[in-house]
Amino acid sequence: MSFTLLGCGFLRHLDDPMQTLEAMLRPKVASLPGHIQAVYVQNAAKLFATVLQKHEGATDSQAAQDTSQLLIERLPLFVQSANLEVQERASCILQLVKYIQKLQQKDVEVAEEVSALFAGELNPVAPKAQKKVPVPEGLDLDAWINEPPSESESEDEKPKAVFAKEEPKQSRARHVEVDEKELARRREARKQEQANNPFYIKSSPSSQKVYQDAPGVEHIPVVQIDLSVPLKVPGMPMSEQYLKLEEERRQKERADKKKKDKKKKKREKRGKGKRDDSGPESEEDITPAHQVDIVTEEMPENALPSDDDDKDPNDPHKALDIDLDKPLADSEKLPVRTHRREVLKSPEEDGDQDGITQEAKRRSSKEKKEKDRKKSKEEEKKKKKKKHKHVVEEEPPEPLSEEPVQSEESAEVAAPPTSTSAEASDLDFWLSSAPVPPPIKEALAPKTSIAAAPDSEPDVPKDAEPDEEKSLKNKKKKQKKEKDEKKKKKRHHHHHHHGDGGGGDSVQNGTVEEEEEEEPLPPMSNYCLLAENSYIKMVYDIQGNLQDGSQVVVSVIFENKSNSFLKSMEFNVLDSLNSKLQRPEGASPHDGLVVPFQLPPGVSNEARFVFSVQSIVMPQKLKGTLTFIVKSEDSSTHEKLDFKLHFTCTSYLITTPCYSDAYAKLLESGDLKSSSLKLEGLNMPFHHLLARICFHHHFSVVERIDSCASMYSRSIQGHHVCLLVKTANQTVSIDAKCDEPSLLANVLDEIKQTFSQC
Amino acid sequence: MIKAILIFNNHGKPRLIRFYQYFAEDLQQQIIRETFHLVSKRDDNVCNFLEGGSLIGGSDYKLIYRHYATLYFVFCVDSSESELGILDLIQVFVETLDKCFENVCELDLIFHMDKVHYILQEVVMGGMVLETNMNEIVGQVELQNRMEKSEGGLSAAPARAVSAVKNMNLPEIPRNINIGDINIKVPSLSPF
Repeated sequence: MSFTLLGCGFLRHLDDPMQTLEAMLRPKVASLPGHIQAVYVQNAAKLFATVLQKHEGATDSQAAQDTSQLLIERLPLFVQSANLEVQERASCILQLVKYIQKLQQKDVEVAEEVSALFAGELNPVAPKAQKKVPVPEGLDLDAWINEPPSESESEDEKPKAVFAKEEPKQSRARHVEVDEKELARRREARKQEQANNPFYIKSSPSSQKVYQDAPGVEHIPVVQIDLSVPLKVPGMPMSEQYLKLEEERRQKERADKKKKDKKKKKREKRGKGKRDDSGPESEEDITPAHQVDIVTEEMPENALPSDDDDKDPNDPHKALDIDLDKPLADSEKLPVRTHRREVLKSPEEDGDQDGITQEAKRRSSKEKKEKDRKKSKEEEKKKKKKKHKHVVEEEPPEPLSEEPVQSEESAEVAAPPTSTSAEASDLDFWLSSAPVPPPIKEALAPKTSIAAAPDSEPDVPKDAEPDEEKSLKNKKKKQKKEKDEKKKKKRHHHHHHHGDGGGGDSVQNGTVEEEEEEEPLPPMSNYCLLAENSYIKMVYDIQGNLQDGSQVVVSVIFENKSNSFLKSMEFNVLDSLNSKLQRPEGASPHDGLVVPFQLPPGVSNEARFVFSVQSIVMPQKLKGTLTFIVKSEDSSTHEKLDFKLHFTCTSYLITTPCYSDAYAKLLESGDLKSSSLKLEGLNMPFHHLLARICFHHHFSVVERIDSCASMYSRSIQGHHVCLLVKTANQTVSIDAKCDEPSLLANVLDEIKQTFSQC
Repeated sequence: MIKAILIFNNHGKPRLIRFYQYFAEDLQQQIIRETFHLVSKRDDNVCNFLEGGSLIGGSDYKLIYRHYATLYFVFCVDSSESELGILDLIQVFVETLDKCFENVCELDLIFHMDKVHYILQEVVMGGMVLETNMNEIVGQVELQNRMEKSEGGLSAAPARAVSAVKNMNLPEIPRNINIGDINIKVPSLSPF
């Protein structure tokens, strides 16, 4: 319908415009779709212009006025139309007609001007048209018209962060961005893959057929339809004829061009054969039938042509646009192969295996009270295979302390696999002499919450410790000094915590946050003094036995302070109802256990004694005696040293890892008694605090968020102990839950004591 | 009515879950995951109300959430609840938690799960809002704590039960019941 009306635009050919006008403005038209109505209205106006022109002259003024009246009556219906375009056009034309009517009543000649309104052709609007309108002087489009909204309200919403510190939220924005970019990238990659993949069934093979059919348009038979009204508009070519005319014109131009080119190229390339001018090449040169002068007529005032706007500086394909005919500029140089030198990395750097920065904190024994204890036992380097194939070498600073001390002290040195030459030989020696099972690891280092290897070997018998040579001992001392200077921190990487490195994230058992700025842990030792006299000094440590819930192992380090030989040492403890020293078969409770080694002057060694305990909820103190013979060059004397062996409740606790789900379940069950503790005036950094608790009291960190951590431990008899450690300013509050209230109270007391001492 | 209260952290780990309508266990977990997906995608400056996911009831239910540092507090409510009211309720709940545990953090919700549930029960019971005044709630919780302490906690419960039974004043039990021809001899219960 709308197309026929467009034809109405050629109104000079209409016989009776008046009739058409009436027909077009019938109320029934309002039921047509909006875009058709708009065309109707527009053409009604055109018709009106023709009518006016036809009835030019005073004689037919009545007819002209009648037409105007007709329009004025019929147009308001369209002014009320729901379609905006119709409404706009109708109201414009209505006002125009009203004005014309006024002029008509004054007998002014309006026909010329009205038809001038519809003269000329409308060209399509370019997409850049709006952009080209120059901004008039003095207009700032970015200035606020009204007052900008006040920005201050947002600060009042959260005066204090309720759940730990607020962290910057860029992580999420980044996440979204990455997604979109990722999507675009993936889409591109996918498309490229599919384009080259012969096995990929492309979407529409039929579309190709369509293109093939295009030249076959002429094969479509044209049927002549008998119409009562001829479709031909005189003076203009019909649609098919129009296309034919256009085609002929193009061919003519092409032929002209070819003649020109052939003349040129015949001279240059003879005998080259037929040249095939590709279609698109020549069509560009053919002048179009219809020219629109943009610059003078169509552009808004003061606008500049912007053909260069298309060149996007960020266009990834901009390199395709380079004019290859121009010679290389001086700034454009092609890369030439030259000889390069690789800077070799120093062997130390290779030591950071797999990109893991491992540092071990070397515990300097100088801090301990047993400073004068000479290490006669070599430090052993053990290799431990971790889950992710990261080789970690550990070095216990304590010569005689095997796994228990190691686990607690976490003294690890990141020794490169290719150790320095001085240590290489030692490495082999240590490895061959004492193959030690993987040590127990405790969650010690800052923010590490790992208890990787199970505490399964605290009781590996280490009786066959060879006696030391002085030379080896001196060498070891030197090594120790080297390592003392290294002072590194230990890092475990089970898996990286992606994304947010900062606070606010909970660090769970098995994850690590990389924190470069943390202070190193102070050296710690679990060995306490048992007894001391002028000849000998004993320090001890108690460890629970995982396998047997009723056994604990006391490791005692004997140090010979004198210049004489100590031998035949016997260790005896007065049993109590609860705890008994495990003696060999057949021995009476009054017999002591022979210490299986002798101590030359200045040498230390370690012995282990197993005790069986029944109830672990209370701490215990057992009296004991050590008898030994001091053998000097001229004489032998019997000596005796009394001591009190103190079994704390923490000595019955074993570091056990616990995952947060299991932990939550445990706490949900509700059969735990609770208690709490507050420590005032504690200045140490949080990770130190955690490390100390873990180390001295055999806890493992379950989850840690900023300045709040939940910890777990288990006694040898299966009691659960859960801690929640929170620090605020100078106060540390520890909430604890345990199956056994007395155990709980004792453990808390011991924790309190630990921190009161430091 | 409130259909569910979910508290989870930035990684989707649930810290406190409370459903006021029955859902199967696995369905509950799915709901938590779905809610996390819906809520975590939201930017911080967009509206705090969104429609519930398909599992939780679709467009009939709304999710009203607030994001504090590392935790999301999500209340799933139906159309009878006022959104702004629930938003304020979340704030009241959080402030109450902050008052009851000093310097509350995520781990407190796990460690003191029973206390957190007590507090929540003071606020919402059976899907209905009971109390919105923070001081009232805190007062009640403190009262409860005091009573717990005075009773000696859970460990003292069996002893108290025994003593309570002992102090029970049972009326006299007839030794013999004679009804017509039937004679029933009542055995004597020895006091323990």
